[in-house]
Amino acid sequence: MVSFSAVAKRYPGGQEALRGVSFNIDAGELVFLTGRSGAGKSTLLKLIPAIERPTSGSVIVNGQNVGALKRPAVPYLRRNVGLVFQDQKLLYDRSAYDNVMLPLQLSGQPPKEAARRVRAALDKVGLAGRERANPVELSGGEQQRLAIARAVVNRPAILVADEPTANLDAESAARVLEIFVSFNQVGVTVIIASHDQSLISRFGKRVLHLENGVVA
Amino acid sequence: MSAWLRQHRDALAQALRRIGWLNALVIGVALALPAGGYTLLEGLKGVAGRLALEPQISVFLRPEAKRAEADALGATLRKDPRVAHVRFVPREQALKELQAVQGMPEVIAALGSNPLPDAFVITPRTDQLEKLSSDLGKLPGVADVQADAAWAKRLAALAGVGRLAVGLLAALLALGLVAVTFNTIRLQILTQREEIEVSALLGATDAFVRRPFYYMGLLQGVLGGMLALAIVGGGLWALNREVRVLAESYGSAFRFAYLPAADAAAIVLFAAALGWLGAHLSVSRHLRAAG
Repeated sequence: MVSFSAVAKRYPGGQEALRGVSFNIDAGELVFLTGRSGAGKSTLLKLIPAIERPTSGSVIVNGQNVGALKRPAVPYLRRNVGLVFQDQKLLYDRSAYDNVMLPLQLSGQPPKEAARRVRAALDKVGLAGRERANPVELSGGEQQRLAIARAVVNRPAILVADEPTANLDAESAARVLEIFVSFNQVGVTVIIASHDQSLISRFGKRVLHLENGVVA
Repeated sequence: MSAWLRQHRDALAQALRRIGWLNALVIGVALALPAGGYTLLEGLKGVAGRLALEPQISVFLRPEAKRAEADALGATLRKDPRVAHVRFVPREQALKELQAVQGMPEVIAALGSNPLPDAFVITPRTDQLEKLSSDLGKLPGVADVQADAAWAKRLAALAGVGRLAVGLLAALLALGLVAVTFNTIRLQILTQREEIEVSALLGATDAFVRRPFYYMGLLQGVLGGMLALAIVGGGLWALNREVRVLAESYGSAFRFAYLPAADAAAIVLFAAALGWLGAHLSVSRHLRAAG
């Protein structure tokens, strides 16, 4: 489903974030990506939805060579990759419901079907009763779950999360991770970057460890 | 409804919610100046056109000319292909017309005999009035030729200057309209920076992101154009109240006419196109950086 071969990424400033990363993630896998800050976790995750492009090597997502993808094709790739960010990137000028609605609006879903999917997504992350709330009114854990609902509402084949538990207390973090596991159980390929070793070890899943820009 | 239509409808609704009414007003006022100038010029052109439409040449015969000479000259004039119409004014009739003018009978009585010559009033078919006038002056029995075209020409030249001024003003303010829209859209893009960034990450196409801004520019232009028409309409209404009094004192029913529907529609369309252009320039310039 996601395949990196000899991927290097050098930023314009000369900083080398990744140097020759190769791995393969099968459809339906749940993989944790670990490593210290600056090890290249975020860069690696950004290559999957073509937020960044590799300097060399190839990134294949769902059979597509993402590194060579033309700009007009990128939106269609991203609709099939659910993204959860460390800082959530929620929109605070609209309700929780409308935040989750956004991906469906921009992919042109019919309103009835879209409304049904938004409610289902909010229900799955345990926010069914909070759809009218503004994200500001939600707790940190609830905000992160809202971001997950937005990431999965388009029913992507792949879910990519960058440090989704970084700013959460242990209980909220565990709940967020359980939600990812439940999506993985219904067949979604999930990639989660985290540096929280104790939490990761509880799940007993495959771990990719990044160190100095290579998979250790 | 197809997804495409729905997205256009949503973009339009979004644009309507975020439209800058004050900006539309600025555009309206700016456009009202050339639109108003154009309307007034069109009104004046109507007057000048009516007057200049039939420039007349008066041909005065020598006072001692006999009626037979006048008849012969009349026949010559009627044969000239450059002459459309000839009206003979005998000296007796001219005197009668002059006597109808206030205060003139006393003057004429003091003169004793009729000082007026026979005359022809000619409506020419050609534009070359000067050439025709000088040719007519060489005919036997002709004392003097007066072409009334000079002032009509001056009026036409003045109207030409006016049209040029209105054109320049329109071009300048069109540029201003594009700049106003450009800046409005730029500010709107800055306001929505987060939404644009997030939408792009969630798989929004460039077209989806740009669409509301295009509609915004377009709508602002349309609104500005309609406001301009309303301002011009109100201005004309006020102006015509005064003009009516003035015109009636001259026995004229002259009024400034409102813009014909086609011209009004053209102004709104023009404003819409300029708004769209401003939006296009702004979106092209600022979205790549934001997205």
